[in-house]
This record gives sequence, structure tokens and C-alpha cells, in this order.
Amino acid sequence: MAYTKPRNRVGIEHDRVTDVSSTDFPGYYPGEDHSWSIEKFKNHFKVHIEYLNELNSEFDLIGVDPSIANAFRRIMISEIPTLAIEYVYIENNTSIIQDEVLAHRLGLIPLKANPDYMHWFKKDDPEFEPTDYDTLVLHLSAKCTVNPNAPEGTTDPKMLYNNAHVYARDIVYEPQGHQTEWYPDGVTAANPDILIAKLRPGQEIDLSMHCILGIGQDHAKFSPVATASYRLLPTIDIIGEPITGELASKFKSCFPKGVVAINSKGEAVVKDARKDTVSREVLRHPEFEGRVKLGRQRDHFIYCVESTGAIPPDQIFLKSVQLLKKKCEILRKFNLSA
Amino acid sequence: MNRDTFLPPTSQTSNSAAAAGRAYQPTQAITYLCANCAAPNTLSRSDPVRCRECGHRVLYKQRTRRMVQFEAR
Repeated sequence: MAYTKPRNRVGIEHDRVTDVSSTDFPGYYPGEDHSWSIEKFKNHFKVHIEYLNELNSEFDLIGVDPSIANAFRRIMISEIPTLAIEYVYIENNTSIIQDEVLAHRLGLIPLKANPDYMHWFKKDDPEFEPTDYDTLVLHLSAKCTVNPNAPEGTTDPKMLYNNAHVYARDIVYEPQGHQTEWYPDGVTAANPDILIAKLRPGQEIDLSMHCILGIGQDHAKFSPVATASYRLLPTIDIIGEPITGELASKFKSCFPKGVVAINSKGEAVVKDARKDTVSREVLRHPEFEGRVKLGRQRDHFIYCVESTGAIPPDQIFLKSVQLLKKKCEILRKFNLSA
Repeated sequence: MNRDTFLPPTSQTSNSAAAAGRAYQPTQAITYLCANCAAPNTLSRSDPVRCRECGHRVLYKQRTRRMVQFEAR
């Protein structure tokens, strides 16, 4: 029986990738109806959540076009608003880190603060005054001194001096106006152990910071994701005769753990193609030539969304859907058919 | 005071520093930080440049307390 590749498959050969573009559009297959309809989409579209926790998630969108899948990814990275430190007012900084470098470091600290309560800070309006609706105020002050109770002979700066290391947990939030209702638990850094600066006796940092809303397009510090990416589901098809015996265990060792299993009859079977890294190791061995076909399913997207801690990963994805919807509504206001 | 009673200062005993051409003297003593032990040292004009705590001879002038604004970018 000859192997026929399914239509929604990308082929992976030892030296190239084939059939990259999708073919499910009107006119590609003569006599077939590939017109887009919401009913057809509803019947085919599937969502599967592999895992979801506080910071990480992996989920599948099955039955969408790459253009839509990529739009979600791009929106998650660069268009979801979050809060980040934007203005740093330095009263004193005698540490060895220069003022502008220190300000830049502070800006990159992810904050645990819900951006939904905040309004946009109008940067380009010179008349605009910051209020409690658009600005969070943070303070950081630390002064390093010699620790008189340091144990004899120690060389550890943390023991020798007080406040030798300044961490993100030393940042203090100062609620303004209505902010106590919106942030009853205060605003903290998502990762309290971020090292901001190291000090030596006599050195001091004393500064206040203003946090505003922004998007990743403007600066990476506003991006809610550490990374948001997708990959296509790998496929492994064993063609013709089953692979048995000695060859089966060799076949199994060509893939990462858990991808291929050996059944009771001693045949190699694909257990979980999702775990495959598509290393193509199996294609290097002449004994498997023509016995296996590697590929990827073109409409099965496996998303991996890692949050920085400001917004949970599921919310990030839902917000990207909302944003794409909003963009479409704006587009529809124009008379496109005219 | 009319014109006849005015006498321009002629002697070095004048109280005006500007008229006498003398250098600016800060009236209050300035606090410096020791480069070795970071102890604050208040020095006046005639004091030797030396830390009172450890005797180190390098003293730093303190940074201005004036606020500086930066964009965290």
C-alpha cells in the first residue's frame, strides 16, 4: 500500500521541508468547496490545554490558519498593556552603578500589578499631570553600613556589611488616592530576588519611581510574556511492515524518551509524537529508509506562553483574542467593499 | 551721606572680601567622606586633609542631593 500524505501535513525529509503552505482555500482542489464559513470553522476548531499554572502554560489550537495563530502570538508579545517603571527620580546614588544604568535596570523589573485598573498616561501631552488613575509611585532607599557584629575573619560581604545587596523586594509601594481600593495587597516585584545593585559602606541609593501603562511595541519591559511561541504538532508515520525486534529498539532510541514504545508483539509504535523534537535522527539510518515518514500537522498549533508574573498566562491569551477582535471591529468601520 | 563724606577703601583692613580681591571662603564647614572608612568628616579651611576616624588622607566630596530625572529605557 503506497503512502499518501494527508493534505494538512508538512513533510520533513532528511535535508528539506516540503509542503509548507496550506492548500485549504477555494480553487486549489477542483470541484471541492473550500469556502470559509463560520459553521465549518466551529465544527473543526478545537482547543486543548496541556497544562496551565501560575506562570507557564501550553495549549493547542487545532483547526486555525497560521495567519490567525501568528497574530495571537504577536499580540501577546507586543500589544498587551502592562505596568512598568518609566520615570526614575534619583535623589542620591553613590553606588558604582551609574544613574542611567540603574534606571534602566529598574525599568526591566516585572511588577505584580493588575494593569486593568490603570488608564493611559498621556506622554505626548505637555499639559498632562500624573494622577492616581495612571501612575504608581514606588520608592527605593538603601544605605550600606559596616556591620559591627560581623563574625571574626569572615569575607562574605553580606555578613560584613548591612544592605550590601539591594534586591527588588526592597522596593516600597506608596499608594496614591484610590489605589488602595485597586491594590489592597500593594504592588511588588513579581520576582523579589532580582539583584538591583551591590553596595559598600558609605554608598547609598535613594530614589522614587513612577510606573505607567505601556505596550511591548514601545519597550520590551512592557511585554507581559517572557516568551510566547508556537510549534506545529510533529507526526511520525511508520509505513508498510511494522518495525520489529532489534530494529524496533534502535528505532525507539532515535527519538526522545516517551515518543516511541514497543508493544507486546515487539513492534515499534508511536506513543506520543508531541514529545518529539523532530531531530530527524531516524532519517540518518539507511535501515529505516522508506519505512518512516516524519511531518508536522499544519493546522495544529502548540502554544507555549510564559508569563513574567503580571498577568496569568491564560489571561494573556484571552486578552490577545480580545485585542484582535477590537482590531477587526476598527477595520469593519471602513467601507472595505466600496 | 553726602559726596564729601565718602572715602573709598584704601587699606587692607576693609571688611569687603570682593573689594580686597580675596578668594571666596565658605562660612560653613563642608562634610567630606573618607575614601577608606566612609566616615563623614567636617573640615574647615585650615584643617589638614585627613580622616578623623582612620587617618586616611583621601577624602571625597559628597554628591549633590539635587534630584535628577531619568527615563527607565
